[in-house]
Amino acid sequence: MATVELRFSALPEHVRTARLVAAAVARRAGVDEAVLDEVRLAVGEACSRAVGLHRNVGISAPVKVLLIEEEKQFSIEVGDEAPHAVPGERAPGEVPGDAAETEEDEMGLAVISGLVDDVEVSAGEHGGSIRMRWPTAPPAALLA
Amino acid sequence: MDLSLSTETMGDRTIVRVGGEIDVYTAPKLREQLVELVNDGSFHLVVDMEGVDFLDSTGLGVLVGGLKRVRAHEGSLRLVCNQERILKIFRITGLTKVFPIHTSVEEAVAATD
Repeated sequence: MATVELRFSALPEHVRTARLVAAAVARRAGVDEAVLDEVRLAVGEACSRAVGLHRNVGISAPVKVLLIEEEKQFSIEVGDEAPHAVPGERAPGEVPGDAAETEEDEMGLAVISGLVDDVEVSAGEHGGSIRMRWPTAPPAALLA
Repeated sequence: MDLSLSTETMGDRTIVRVGGEIDVYTAPKLREQLVELVNDGSFHLVVDMEGVDFLDSTGLGVLVGGLKRVRAHEGSLRLVCNQERILKIFRITGLTKVFPIHTSVEEAVAATD
């Protein structure tokens, strides 16, 4: 079970809330202070992307963020319910619907992959998710 | 924190001072400001980001859009930024090669190349 689960309406104004909550939980979980800026930015990018995907196709379902504290690591999973084209299924030469939206989507993913070493992006016809992991300091180090 | 914007003219340069957070919610305000300046004939922009606490890819997209607009008028868009956490985002996206980034407004205003 997630340590903290957050669901928010797919509105840009709520992305900041998700960033703040994620950073607070990551800090508590023992993620290094120097990395918290990266956590904040990466989760913001993932949530902005999910909000954009929901809004583009008019999905009223909320965006879901799971903040999971595990032994020696902290994970964040941002889930959307937008149908994604499965890679490879696009006909050769076919152009995606909106080039600008695709560019923004790719820029967000580029930032995430530049920031986070351990990241998994999955997508299917019923939605997608971005899972990111960071190591946490052992409790002894936190007390030192 | 919300986004704050103010502008100032120095010769043929227009300084846009940005403060607060530039994200998916606030970036449209910055986009509007840049579009308005270009529509009003300001083609040499210096965006001072020293007061920016947070910048994401939506903000980067708006800056790239601004650059495209001023270039259409043979103008320029220079950034002022000394904050490592903001500079890092420009680096990982390769945009340090696209934007001239200066350490002070004075330096950006004096730059000509």
